[in-house]
Formats: sequence, structure tokens, C-alpha cells
Amino acid sequence: MTAAQDVVIRVQGLKTQFGSQVIHQGLDLEVRRGEILAIVGGSGTGKSVMLRTLLGLKKPEGGRIEVLGVEITADQDDETLRALRRRLGVLFQDGALFGELSVAENVAAPLKEHTDLSDETIEAIAALKVAMVGLPANAGPKKPSDLSGGMKKRAGLARSLALDPDILFLDEPTAGLDPIGAAAFDDLIRGLQGAMGLTVVMITHDLDTLHAICDRIAVLAEKRVTLIGPMTAMLASDHPWVREYFHGPRGRAAQPERGREAEDRE
Amino acid sequence: MAAKAGALSVAAFGRWTLDELAGLEERVREVSPAIRSAGVFDAGRIEALDSAGAWLIDRLLGAWRARGFGVDIVGLKAEHATLLRLVAANDRAAEVARDENILLVVLMRMGRAFDRAMRDGRDLIAFNGAIVTTAAAALVGRSRLRFVPTLVHLEQVGFNALPIVSLISFLIGVVMAYQGASQLQKFGAEIFVVDLVGVSVLREIGILLTAIVVAGRSGSAFTSQIGSMKMQQEIDALRVIGIDPIEALVLPRVAALVLGLPLLAVFADIMGLLGGAVMAWGALGITPLQFVERLGEQIGPAQYFIGIAKAPVFAYLIALVGCRNGFNVKGSAASLGRLTTRSVVESIFLVIVLDAAFSIVLAALDL
Repeated sequence: MTAAQDVVIRVQGLKTQFGSQVIHQGLDLEVRRGEILAIVGGSGTGKSVMLRTLLGLKKPEGGRIEVLGVEITADQDDETLRALRRRLGVLFQDGALFGELSVAENVAAPLKEHTDLSDETIEAIAALKVAMVGLPANAGPKKPSDLSGGMKKRAGLARSLALDPDILFLDEPTAGLDPIGAAAFDDLIRGLQGAMGLTVVMITHDLDTLHAICDRIAVLAEKRVTLIGPMTAMLASDHPWVREYFHGPRGRAAQPERGREAEDRE
Repeated sequence: MAAKAGALSVAAFGRWTLDELAGLEERVREVSPAIRSAGVFDAGRIEALDSAGAWLIDRLLGAWRARGFGVDIVGLKAEHATLLRLVAANDRAAEVARDENILLVVLMRMGRAFDRAMRDGRDLIAFNGAIVTTAAAALVGRSRLRFVPTLVHLEQVGFNALPIVSLISFLIGVVMAYQGASQLQKFGAEIFVVDLVGVSVLREIGILLTAIVVAGRSGSAFTSQIGSMKMQQEIDALRVIGIDPIEALVLPRVAALVLGLPLLAVFADIMGLLGGAVMAWGALGITPLQFVERLGEQIGPAQYFIGIAKAPVFAYLIALVGCRNGFNVKGSAASLGRLTTRSVVESIFLVIVLDAAFSIVLAALDL
């Protein structure tokens, strides 16, 4: 496999701004196939804007973005973009389930839109996806408003996986979940990522998630990606914000036992 | 995919993905009847496998098991095996909502609607009670009418509504004079246009139209203002701080509307008559002086006062419904939108019902 195929998202010199306020300037980022990449950063550093830009929902003011070999910053015809979107799955923060449809219908919606399969097959595949995210069988006919926050996230995940995407985007997947639910969700994502061969790009503030399942972490600060690498690189960095983030009281608490002992000896 | 006779061997090759699934299903359907003995499934030449393809393989393997035969899987790549295991563990029959007897559904809906209407009515009466007791407490000094918010609301519901109310009233005056003129001309009774416009504007149309405009403008605004505060837990915050939301939010709005609507109605009456007079002059040659004289002779002050007397009652109703629906908003933005719509529909409906009741009562009293 060549290096070009290895990179599924390539961002070069990205610039985004709202009015006179510049959010990103000269931002570079590469996402490799099959990895779980987390994007972290303080409030207002433009993590969500970044996600919307990668999804093509917001046009950047400058720079070049390539997703699965398609340059989304250039003018592309609708068919190319549609084909690209079909290969991306997104879990929005609160699930963004369609309130009028049942959970099963939510999961079936992308299948109905993008395939010519029979209703029975679509129903069966939707039920499979609902089961794969760990929801009970009776969740299928329920309306999103009847689900708890954690179940909504799982249902949203099932919908984002409906078309077996190449890249899965997660916006704060564990926000609002209790620690047990968050840990279970981490395991679920890791399990699905391994079995389905997904590339996962997530925005998260959850230090436990960062430790447990993320291969690499990209730190957004000073309008660009200031640091990218595995957890060890984060812990070794002397960038003030990164130190504060990973060595602050919460960062220390989230570190696995072994790492913390090593640090205490320093 | 190919099937060999004898010890049945099925080999899959190519891409087993969602895009190819329709064609693959076809082939699986062709092969399935041939399963009459134990067999071998050769997965060695599968190029790509996703969960949809894995699902189909699982269903095919299931066909062997369902008929009581064993099946060996050979050549499965490690990454495909993981996916197939995950899918096999989660493949289950889809559970769908049961279709219910249509007659039963209709009956249930009617029952629910009736039940809701009764509850709404009871809630509205209870809410009315809360407003009245708070207002009474304000009168004896045990709670207070907040002066500044009341003035702010008076500006919003009264003063800011002047342009739209006057425009609508003026145009309705014009329309009535014109339509009346074309009918009355047939009898040579043009001058009666003044009676027609006078009675209908002063007694009915002026106040009714104003109330409908205000219900659409301010009743809905009350619901969305209080409703969004409810959504953001601001109402809970008020209670915790020790401020009565009825006193702080509802009383100023009710007071502003009860004061503002009669004032708007006076204005609407003037504009309506003006519209009628302009049209009577233009279309029938009735001079403004003749119009005013005829108005003075034929239409007594009673018509005017009956119209204005309805205004505070309508105003109270609109404010009551608007505020009540605001407090009924639940967490979602959808419920805010639904209740805002409902508050407009309910208040206009109640205003018209009450207007009809007024007509009957006043007719019985010979007014």
C-alpha cells in the first residue's frame, strides 16, 4: 500500500474565519486509514467548525481538504459529493435522530436513500445495526423521544453505520453519559472499529476515552494543530496548554496506573 | 459464487458489500434450494466484505443449520472472520410496531383528544385561579404588580401593534363601504352605507379583528417567551430564588394586554370609520360632513361602548391562553413550536366563541 492510500483525510493550510475572527490559520492534518484520531482543544478553538468543514457542511476561506481522495474544497459535481458522503458516517452530539421516525426507520433511512434493496432486506440490515450497537431488539420500533441519552447515542451510531462507512466522525461521543455508560461506549467504538475496519475521527474532552481507545491525538491551539501523536507524545510535550490538559488534576486521574507511577517517580 | 453437486460446496468471490447486495441476494436465493446435505462454504476469494455482505453470508449459513446440516467455512480471512462473528452474534429478526385495528385506533384517538381537551380546560381554569389570587394579593399589597415590565409589555403588545392594526382596520372599512355601496345603490339607499359601516366596525369588526391580530402577535409571543424560559430552566431558577413566576411573568403580561387591547380597539374603530368614510366619499359622493352627521344621528354611543367593553375580556383570554401554553412547554424545541401554534389557534377560537356569546346575551338584553 502506498503512502497516498494510507491517508484518508488530508488537510493543508486550512483557513476558516467568521467575519474578522480567524478560527484556523495554516492548519495541517493527516488522518491515516484504520486509526482512531481524537481532536482536542480548549473551548472556542474551532473543533466543531473543523468537523463541519471536514464534512463539507462549511466552506473554508482557504486551504485544501482531501477526503478519501476527493478534494472537497474544489468545485465538485453533486454526484461525486453524494458518492463521498455515502462513505462517511457521522454521530452528532445528541444523536440528531429524526424525531418523526422510529429508531429502526432512522437506521433504514440512509439505506432507502442509497440502495435499491427490498424492504425486508433493509429492515433486516437495520435490525442488525441496531443490535450491533448494543440496543435491545424492542428499541427498533421506539421513537427517539422514548430513549435515554445513552440509547439515543447508540441509535445515532447505528444510523451512522448503516452504509458501512469508511470514515466515522464522532462529536463528543461520551458527553452526557455516566462513567459506566461512557466506558461501555468506548468499548463499543473500539470493537466496531476493529471489526468493520473503520477510520474514526472524534472530537472529545473525555480524558478516559483518550487513554482507552485513541491511537493518536491532535491538539488544536493557536489556530492550528500544534501537536499530533500518541498519548506518550502528549505526556512528554512541554507545550503549556498540553501540559495543563494532560497533567492537570483530571488528566492525572485518568491516566492508567502504570503511567502514573512512572510520572510520580520523576 | 458457484455450487458443485454431490457434497455441496459453495464458493463466494468478488466484493460482498452493500453496493453488490441486491445481485448477491439473487444468487443466494438460487443456491439455497440446493442445500440438501452438509456442505463447505469457501470464502477464500472474497475481495471485500462489509457488514451487509457478512449478514448475507450469515443468512446463507443459517439455511444449512435450519435444515439440520453442518457446514464448514474455509479460507476465511482473519479480518473477515471478526466481522462475520460480530454480525452472526447480532443478526436477529426485526421487531416492528404491530398494526392495530383501525376502528380501535380511531376510537382511542377520539378518547385521547377528548381527555386532553378536558384536562386543558381544567388547567386553564386552575391557571385563571392562580392569576386571580395573585392579582388580588397585589391589590391588597401582599404581592406586587411590577410596573416597569408591565410598561415594557404595554409598548410591545399595544404601541408596536398600532401600524398593523390601523392598516387592517382602515382596509376593512374600505371594503365594507365598497361592498355595501354596490348593494345599497340598487335601492337608492346609498346613505345607509354609513349605518352599515358604523354598526359593524364599532360593534363587531373593529374589536374582533384587533383581538385576532393581537392573538397572533402577542399571544404567540407570550407562549414563546415563557416557553423558552421554561426550556432553559429559568422558571425553576425563579422559583428557587423565591420569585413567584405568576407574579413576575404572567401578571405584567395580563395587565399590559388588558390595558392595551381596549386602546388598540379605539384606534381600530377610528381607522375603520375613516376607511369607510373615504370610500363612501370616493364611490358614492357622501361627503365626510354628511358621513359624520349621519353617524351621529343613527349610531348611538351604545354601539361604541359595547365594542370597547368586549376588549378587556378578549385581552384577558388571549393572555391567559398564551401564558398557560408557555408553562406547558416541555424540553424540546418541537414542543415550543407546537404550543405556540396551539396558543394562537386556541385564543382565536375562544375569542370568536366569546364574541358569539356576547351577541346572544346582548340581543336578549335588547342592546
